[in-house]
Order: sequence, then structure tokens, then C-alpha cells
Amino acid sequence: MNPENILEIKDLKVKFPVTGGLFLRKVAEVKAVDGVSFELKKGETLGLVGESGCGKSTIGKAVINILKFSSHDVEIEGEIWMRTDAGEIDLNKLSRSEMRKHRGNIQMIFQDPYSSLNARMSVGQIIEEPLLYHTNMNKKERGERVAWLLEKVGLQAEQSKRYPHEFSGGQRQRIGIARALSTNPKIIIADEPVSALDVSIQAQVINLLQQLQEEFDLTLLFIAHDLSVVEHISSRIVVMYLGKFCEVGDGYRIYHHPIHPYSKALLSAVPVPNPKFKNKERIILTGDVPSPMNKPSGCVFRTRCPIAKPECADFVPPLEEKEPGHFAACPYVSA
Amino acid sequence: MHKKLVEIKNLKTYFFVEDTEKQKSLHLEISDPVLMELYKTDKYLKNKVPAKAVDDVSFDIYEGEVLGIVGESGSGKSVTAYSITRLIPDPPGKIVSGEVFFKGKDLLKISFEEMKKYRGNEISMIFQEPMTSLNPVMKIGDQILEAILNHEEISKEEAEKKAVEMLTLVGISSPEKRMKDYPHQFSGGMRQRVMIAMALSLHPSLLIADEPTTALDVTIQAQILELMLRLKKEREDSAILLITHNLGVVAETCDRVIVMYGGKIQEISEVDPLFEKPLHPYTVGLLSSLPNPDLPMEELKAIPGNIPHILELPKACKFNTRCTKAFDKCFEVEPELLEVEKNRFVRCHLYESEK
Repeated sequence: MNPENILEIKDLKVKFPVTGGLFLRKVAEVKAVDGVSFELKKGETLGLVGESGCGKSTIGKAVINILKFSSHDVEIEGEIWMRTDAGEIDLNKLSRSEMRKHRGNIQMIFQDPYSSLNARMSVGQIIEEPLLYHTNMNKKERGERVAWLLEKVGLQAEQSKRYPHEFSGGQRQRIGIARALSTNPKIIIADEPVSALDVSIQAQVINLLQQLQEEFDLTLLFIAHDLSVVEHISSRIVVMYLGKFCEVGDGYRIYHHPIHPYSKALLSAVPVPNPKFKNKERIILTGDVPSPMNKPSGCVFRTRCPIAKPECADFVPPLEEKEPGHFAACPYVSA
Repeated sequence: MHKKLVEIKNLKTYFFVEDTEKQKSLHLEISDPVLMELYKTDKYLKNKVPAKAVDDVSFDIYEGEVLGIVGESGSGKSVTAYSITRLIPDPPGKIVSGEVFFKGKDLLKISFEEMKKYRGNEISMIFQEPMTSLNPVMKIGDQILEAILNHEEISKEEAEKKAVEMLTLVGISSPEKRMKDYPHQFSGGMRQRVMIAMALSLHPSLLIADEPTTALDVTIQAQILELMLRLKKEREDSAILLITHNLGVVAETCDRVIVMYGGKIQEISEVDPLFEKPLHPYTVGLLSSLPNPDLPMEELKAIPGNIPHILELPKACKFNTRCTKAFDKCFEVEPELLEVEKNRFVRCHLYESEK
């Protein structure tokens, strides 16, 4: 592993089986993630964007290794190297009990603040639970930690006796963040953490995440579909389409000068909250995202690509470095 | 300005819910004579408190315009739209008072049967969830035909021709074939396009679109918005009421905007001045809490606090719990919606002296 990196993913593939017929035999498979490699540098925020079904959430779940143990039919190939105090480990090779030992280092924040908290547990119990499994703290220490965490995320220590339904969406997301932080993780995977929130609350949670990242020295994998939010929080961005990476590079650079035709279309489709740009030039993509069960051959984007050529059907374009640190998977474009 | 298409006056839509803590002090709080009368006559309301989802809302919709209503969850934007078509579930909801004049006729005074003639023919709606607003066990074609045949005196063949025409218009390829498909065979974007085809097949004067693109991806959102605007241009006297929480969508599609918070209109403005110089502190906060693509990593200027629960809305100004500019008067007197500039209305004490 590169000493700068805290997480290195090599050629990750996630395949879900499709069963059918009388005996529910496997008739096909969906390659939700199709051979992606990336790394997380210590302390950075990597944004993962793409439309629904592109595999961005699957990457998050594969990295934290909850896919393998929640459904045994899923095939996960590739290497997921994480740097821990005990050295480098490939998370994909770990057994369930071995993984549990490392889960304190890598935690997740979920999208839906309404269903990701157990309604029958008090907020204190929710935040305390990871401490039971991952630390040796006694009851008093755990209570102190919960109170401290609640205050860190902008709630009050007294609220630990309350139940999730007594909180608003934004406050629940804060509780989810406190739970993720409880074990002092190094990496946090945030899967659409603000998309269920109202605009004014969204800004609060983004600020909180950035503030905590600095304070706890966190490395963030930020998965979202809202490009302006991702650009705001991420140092680097990955644009995904149908299980493949289209473009990887500096956040500001990609947002302002996208190279790949898909990133260009995606960015031009985002409505800008400024009427001056009302008549900006817009690339309207035709059609829908193809089903991941029968992806187009060659370049997966070619069926909707405005500059597609017949040759695009023949080969899978690799990620090429178009300018320093800026990669795109299309041979027909340049920076 | 064009002619007025819809004129909404003092619309109040309340939902009556049980709330044990509030009931004791309930009869003390009700001062509205209409509400008092309601409580006397309606047995159902006994022991229930009103959640004021839409509280005294008045505005006009002009022919040919796209009017946007923005607000966060619970601001009353959807309930306002549903009140226009009288699709408020009763109980628990009730349009307590107000007038909705559509082409000069008060829709709240006519019978339910008469109202049916307006829905679809004159006023159509597109809902947020393209997955649930179509009937899953009915063919797409039959659903469109049902809408057309219910409202127009034409033969089935003619209606079929019209349905195919509409599907072509919204960009669905091989429409004759797709008419025989079921909703699950369509993607989310296509389902929303079917909804638009259905809503527009009767050429309504007013199209109410309630978060039409919220459940869709951005590239599909761009397709749908473009389609809605293009179809509107084909009928100059029709109008669109677009309800959304996405300020980007508002900036790109609307001519005028209504900003709602806590069941009340806080600001009405034409779109350009609203984004250039927002007046109401809530609008200001909303706009500055958006990430600025030119200043990444910088701290966002979030509006402090949480959206109050609808039963716990503050007295006087609804925004006073979160407003950074609030002063004594804001906690005592509810400000009026005042016209501070031409076609620009604001409900805030800060702007009262200017008038």
C-alpha cells in the first residue's frame, strides 16, 4: 500500500445472482460494480456520484463488508486493503468474526434517518451499542462517551433517554453520525447522508460533517447523487455509470471542466439556482439508463452518448490520465 | 400581465388530529369564528386540535405563466395545491374557509359531482411518485383511455388515436406497442412521462405538478422539465403550478415564485429579483444555505434550528424561532403580507416601514 493511503481498492467486482425457473437456479447475474480501483488518501473526502443503479451504494457496502455477510449469494471479487494499527489487511478475505474486530475502524452513515435507527431503543442505547462490541469501556465510561458524542453532534446530553421518533429528520441524522463516531473510526462511509433532508437542514449536517472530519481526523467516502453537495464537500470526485468509473479527478476541476461525455451531460442537467443561467446550453440525454442485467457491449455509456462512434461497441475504454490527476474513460475526449 | 386564471382568497386548510397534551387548553385558543362554528356543528372534531397546514393563503395564477411554490417539508405547499382540486382527505383534513375562483367560478362552493368535470378537463395534476400513481394491474393504454373517455364524448377508436398521439408527444417510442404494457415494464422516467401524457391529454388550462421530478435522476429530470415547458408553450393561455423544494428547478422553470413556511406565504416575487435580492429572512437563509460551486469546502450558512412541528408553530411570525433578525415585535404580532415593490410581497416586520 502507498503510505499516503488508508484504503486501497483493487479491481473490485460485485455480482448479484438473478434466479429464475422452477428451482430458482441462477439464470443470470448483475454486475453492479464491474472492476473498479481507487484509493482513499488519509484525511481526504472522496465523492462518489452517479444516477440510481450505477453501483455507488454497492461500492460503499462492499467496502464495509456488509454485503457478503447479509446475503451469501453475492460474489465479491478484488482486494480491499485497509491500513490499521495492526498493519494492512484485505477486508475481502476476512471471515465474519474477524471483520467484526475491524469494524470499529470503518463505520457507515445511512441515507434514511427514519429507518436506520431502531425505534425501540433510546438514543443513548443506539449510540452505546457499538461501544459494547468494539471497546472494553465500562458502563460509566460508555455513558460519558455517549453524552460527549451527543454534544459533539449538536444535541444535548439529556436527550439520550429519548427515543428516535421524538426527533426531526436532521436531528436523527445527527444521532446516526454520533453512532458512527462512537468507536473512533478512521474511515466513514456516508451513503447519501443529506438527501432525505430539507435544504436548510442539509446545510447544517454538511457543516457538521466537515467540522467533525477535521476534529476526528476522518477519511470520508461520500456517496451522493447531488453534484453540488458532493463538489462542496469532496476533494476528489468519482463519476460512475453502470458499475464503471467514467471520470476521476479533483472535485473543483470535474465540476467546472468535466471531460467525459457522461459527466458533461450530468453536470449540465443539474438545475442551477440562479435564473441568469436559465438558458445555459444543456445536453439533454435521450432515453434511460440501460438495465444492468443487459449492459451495452464495449463502452456502457455508448447507447446514450452524444459522441458515440461504431467502434465504441467493440472495446471497453480504460481510464486514461488526461491531465495530471484527472482520469476519464473515453478515448475520444481530451482535457 | 395576462388574465387571471385562478384567484385564491384566504384559503385555510386544517387537519384535525388528536393530541392529548393540547386538548385541555384547546377551547381557550380558538378565536376564529368560522372554526368555532365548525367545532359546534361537527361531532368528529370533538377532542381534536387543528394542525394549520395552510393558514390564510391568497394568491393568483395568471394565464401563460409557470408559478412555483417552494418550501420545505410541512410548509403547506402540497396541501395548497390539493385544496385547489379539492383532493384533501376528509377526515382528517378540511378546507375550513376561503375561496378558489377558477375562471370566475368558486370551486369550493360547487358540488362534488360538478368538481369532477373540472378535474382533468380544466385542472390536471402530476404527482411526485411515478411508481405509485399508476394502477399496477391496468395496462398503460387503458389508463390513458379511461382518462380521456371519462371526460370527452368521443369513440374508443378516436380516444385510442389520441392516446397514441400523446405518448408520441412525450417521447415514448413505439407507443402502439407500449400501450399494451403494464406500469412495471416502464422505468421511473417513462412512468412520469406517461403521467404527463395523461394529465395533458385533455388540454387542461391549469397543470398542477407536485414535485414532478423529485423521485427522478437529474438527467431524467432535465428531460421531464423540458417536456413540460415545451408542451405549455403550445397552449399559450394555460398555466403550470409547480410545487418543489428544489431551488434550482425553480430558477430554471418558473416565472413567479411563492415561498411558503409554516403554512403561510412568506414572499411572492418574480423569479429574477427573488434570486438576485431575496427579501424575507427565510428566503435569504434558504438561498445562502445552498453550496456555492465556486467556494468549495467553505462553511455553509445554514439556517439555525429545526423546522417546528406543525402543532408547535410559534405565535406571531412563524419563522421567529429560527430568524437571525427577529426582534421583540416578531414574537408579538404576526406580520402582514405587504407589497413592498411592484409585484413583490413580503411578510416581515423588517419591511413594514418602507411602505
